[in-house]
Amino acid sequence: MSNFLGLPEQLWLVIWTLIKIVAIVLPLIIAVAYYTLAERRVIGFMQVRLGPNRVGWYGLTQPFADTFKLLFKEIILPTRSNKFLFLLAPVLVIGPAFAAWAVVPFQDGMVLANIDAGLLYILAMTSLGVYGIIIGGWASNSKYALLGGLRSAAQTISYELAMGFALVCVLVATGSLNLTNIVHAQDGGVWNWLWLPLLPVMPVYFISGLAETNRAPFDVAEGEAEIVAGFHVEYSGAAFAVFFLAEYANMILISLLTALMFFGGWLSPFEGLPAVGDTVLAAPSAFWLLAKTVVFMFMFLWVRATFPRYRYDQIMRLGWKVFIPITLVWLVVVSALVVFDLAWWMA
Amino acid sequence: MSLNALLGGLLLTELRQGLGVTWKYFFHRKFTVRYPEEKTPLSPRFRGLHALRRYENGEERCIACKLCEAVCPALAITIESERREDGSRRTTRYEIDLFKCIYCGFCEESCPVDSIVETSVCEYHFENRKDSVVTKPQLLALGDLLEQDIAAAKAADAPYR
Repeated sequence: MSNFLGLPEQLWLVIWTLIKIVAIVLPLIIAVAYYTLAERRVIGFMQVRLGPNRVGWYGLTQPFADTFKLLFKEIILPTRSNKFLFLLAPVLVIGPAFAAWAVVPFQDGMVLANIDAGLLYILAMTSLGVYGIIIGGWASNSKYALLGGLRSAAQTISYELAMGFALVCVLVATGSLNLTNIVHAQDGGVWNWLWLPLLPVMPVYFISGLAETNRAPFDVAEGEAEIVAGFHVEYSGAAFAVFFLAEYANMILISLLTALMFFGGWLSPFEGLPAVGDTVLAAPSAFWLLAKTVVFMFMFLWVRATFPRYRYDQIMRLGWKVFIPITLVWLVVVSALVVFDLAWWMA
Repeated sequence: MSLNALLGGLLLTELRQGLGVTWKYFFHRKFTVRYPEEKTPLSPRFRGLHALRRYENGEERCIACKLCEAVCPALAITIESERREDGSRRTTRYEIDLFKCIYCGFCEESCPVDSIVETSVCEYHFENRKDSVVTKPQLLALGDLLEQDIAAAKAADAPYR
């Protein structure tokens, strides 16, 4: 779009970027709202009950009822807590959760910041959120919150490594850190998507994503049974809503990244097939990216409805003794494929 | 750790089985009863809100024997009685505190004239705290209102008594 208001070029750039940010964040917030409803309905269905179906048409306005309830509630500041850090923590969590979306391409060229180190940036942003959690846990002046924060820190650091190595595999396989280029490298049909060459790495990435976002079955940081609600026991009202928003935004982000890096992003699964290869079905579009993302978002809920929470030592064992070796071995395998010109997806 | 167990672990065999179970129940018929549009069936012995019954000629059944007051484990029933002009003994006060009542049904069991009963009404509320004490006129009115239901429930239960 050109500058039609006659504004100075710099100012227009700022305004146009802000418009793009709103265009990403607003749908994201609405998606989060409906993701919470979807979670309650899906888990309800899997437990052979209905879930919330009363507010509005089949419960469709339930998220708004929840949101307004949370926003109108009092934000309780615990006595002898560090008030500044206590209120800073949710901001530190939501900031990176939203910032990470800056480099996410929704379609060819549809990206806020097409930077070359996109993958590194994502990795940095998704791990930064844990600072907010630790600070929130500490500033609450509550032993449960502190324990929750500590658990979260240990867990995030452990799975950060497995996740990082999984991303290194992607980097080696595609030769790029730029998310748009990573998708382009998977061009040419389902068999060129990275899930096949990175078969063991893909589940490792997704499961690490579950752990990174503190979701079941890795939600010891919240552990209702033993530490009440973990790092956010003392949070209420809007401050709690912000933590909630960040967690769900991160879940959507992980789903989207899994789709981008391992399942061809916006590329169509019908690409190159004999019958439909030339039709609109085979054309790459944001629809395919969203469809794939929704599948992984459903996986998050499905996993939560199915598995009991891991014990703390089991989480650590899985992260350090299983995932890191798997990704390391497969890193060697992928590197060998690339070096010896056996990488069919790059042809 | 055997090779089989290792392979099964790496292929997430048991986890996928677990996911299969939840997937199956995702499409299962849901057990939820959509109250208040749908309601579960009630037994004729259901113990809900109390009522005092009358005979068909309009005479109240209660003879103020105070067995219910005596048997009530929660001490929820208060009875005062007097001799009526025709010489019969009748209650002047019959009150049940529904906050004390535990709905055990002993009052109904102990009543020699089937006067105090617990109906199948379970949907009621109070808007003032003092309303929890239901008085004799209220109980008699409830009995008049629900007599058909009460009689039907008694008849349905009679063969098992």
